[in-house]
Amino acid sequence: MASSIRVRAIVNGETTEVQTLIQHPMDSGFIKDDKGEFIPAHFIQELTFEHNGRPVFVADWGTAVSKDPYVKFAFKGANKGDDLKVSWIDNKGETDTATFKIQ
Amino acid sequence: MTALDGSFPVPRRLVLRGAGSVALAGLGIVSFRATLAFAAANDKYPEGAFKQKDSKEAIKQLYGRTAEPSDKIKLDAPEIAENGAVVPISVSTSLADVSSIAFVVPENPNVLAAYYKIPQGTLPNIANRLKMARTSTVTVIVESGGKLFSATKEVKVTVGGCGG
Repeated sequence: MASSIRVRAIVNGETTEVQTLIQHPMDSGFIKDDKGEFIPAHFIQELTFEHNGRPVFVADWGTAVSKDPYVKFAFKGANKGDDLKVSWIDNKGETDTATFKIQ
Repeated sequence: MTALDGSFPVPRRLVLRGAGSVALAGLGIVSFRATLAFAAANDKYPEGAFKQKDSKEAIKQLYGRTAEPSDKIKLDAPEIAENGAVVPISVSTSLADVSSIAFVVPENPNVLAAYYKIPQGTLPNIANRLKMARTSTVTVIVESGGKLFSATKEVKVTVGGCGG
């Protein structure tokens, strides 16, 4: 299965800018389906970025993060060609992990 | 604090919390305070805070204290969001030693939207997209040097992002 995670990490000087898109329904549990029944909550709770085994960014998310979430941040200390490991876990225990090369 | 930063092989936010406690409590009970700081700053998902319906309660659960407004935080959000399901919100700050940033939408069913841990070396500069149920004053909380600061901006929502 194709990864749910898409990342673009680009070094610019001493900082690396990381843009991330994840495919995930991010169902809040407050929305009803066509039959008028609530769609159960299904959302990413933790998203972690690691560079050389060190967490550089950790996102804890609730139900209010938009569907197919996007997040952008920047950190220092990475070089072109380094690995950036990205992983998430949602409230149902589903997970995904992918590693990207910093450009 | 600089010395601590260099000598502690732990994430910076732990050090900062420890350092803050030292400043408050004096050197006599450093180790005791440090233990408390470690226990409070574990990396578990703050499930309780994410279920809060009131923003003051959510911030209290998350940080155990209240925030004061700061003009050093730049909160970027649209004046009017036509689609409450996808509201682009970003924050940057010139505050030093930022260890976490939280986004709160007081009019949402669950007020805490996102909580980001900022280790040393990561810039206090985040963009994300949030859902908004209705017009609300978006609040961002920045933890800097063990203190809490906040900034707010009202976003008018034309079509709510929580359905129903």
